[in-house]
Amino acid sequence: MDGIHDLGGMAGFGAVEVERNEPVFHERWEARAFALNGVGLRVLKAYNVHEYRHAVERMEPAHYLAVSYYERWFTAIATLMVEKGVVAREDLERRAGGAFPLARPPVYANACEVKVTNQPRFAAGDRVTVRDIHPTGHTRVPRYVRGKTGHIVQCAPQFEFPDLAGHARAAHKEPTYLVEFAAAELWPNAGDARESVVIDLWESYLDAAS
Amino acid sequence: MTNPRHPTPPSPIENRVRALEDALRERGHIPDGFVDAAIARAENDLSPKSGAKVVARAWVDPDYRARLLKNGMAACAELGIDMANEKNVVIVENTPEVHNVIVCTQCSCTAWSLLGAPPDWYKSPAYRARVVRESRVLLKEMGLDLPDTTAIRVWDTSGESRFMALPMRPAGTEGWSEEQLASVVTREAMIGVARVKAT
Repeated sequence: MDGIHDLGGMAGFGAVEVERNEPVFHERWEARAFALNGVGLRVLKAYNVHEYRHAVERMEPAHYLAVSYYERWFTAIATLMVEKGVVAREDLERRAGGAFPLARPPVYANACEVKVTNQPRFAAGDRVTVRDIHPTGHTRVPRYVRGKTGHIVQCAPQFEFPDLAGHARAAHKEPTYLVEFAAAELWPNAGDARESVVIDLWESYLDAAS
Repeated sequence: MTNPRHPTPPSPIENRVRALEDALRERGHIPDGFVDAAIARAENDLSPKSGAKVVARAWVDPDYRARLLKNGMAACAELGIDMANEKNVVIVENTPEVHNVIVCTQCSCTAWSLLGAPPDWYKSPAYRARVVRESRVLLKEMGLDLPDTTAIRVWDTSGESRFMALPMRPAGTEGWSEEQLASVVTREAMIGVARVKAT
């Protein structure tokens, strides 16, 4: 989805502050929330990691930007636990003594067409163009590379196709590729000639460059 | 969902986390000791010390370095690091010609087995938005002023592969032991927003 999570290249953000001697968790609730994802993913197997990522993406954009990483993490877990019928939202609201914001429901439409053959379609060095797709559901191809042309620097292993797995649909495995784009291709008239971005893309996201 | 003119304030996050944990516990969904063990693993076992050990070995052993750059998973496992949670690891070498920096623009994926849990700055919208668009400017702001002759390659962790930079060994560390070398390798250097300093 063309969501708030897809931040690459957005402007208007300020400085990046590195905290010295940062603890793994700043608050104990963050540690508890961290562990509860293990309950959902590995104990209950109520959802998979792709569904988890998509639940974060489905958060209200204003909520997403306003809160910390672990509040996003927790909101996704609670959303999936409710959607999968593990717990009821009313029960959570009663226990929490107030509103319990969850992510918006998924909308699976305009999905990326699967384009795979028996053999990997590309090899290192090939020039490829990222398909300009706009699925409403989960995808791992960010906006800033769509329609852009780059070259494959390395072939990576085959992995489950996230656009299907993120909606608990049967997902095949397909080749993934590390694709390099010149900054000038990504950011016309602004990209620094000495900069590039390498991004990890599933085969169905790519066409041979014309 | 809510009326923006009359928003319902969400209850404090501590209450919400406790509510979900209690609801799951009452239903018998949380095995004894599971939560504490998961937290202990994140706080104690997953640490940038693992990545630092890999870097130090690569600096003293050219054959290991070659294996590491060719097959990151196998070379890290060789040092006894638990790589069970990683699916593919690609180590990218920093040189005077090319500097590598790691990000995950869409969430905050990284190789927890080598770098530990990602720090807040890595997860911040500012870092995720900016580093793919103006890496040289951002790195300079963060204290890493690269020569104009050094190209920058930003690695966006958008799939299942995880990346780690192999920083350049600092001058003044000749004759150091692997342990000494590992002690100066920081998480920031392995993400690629800092150099390793011999202090």
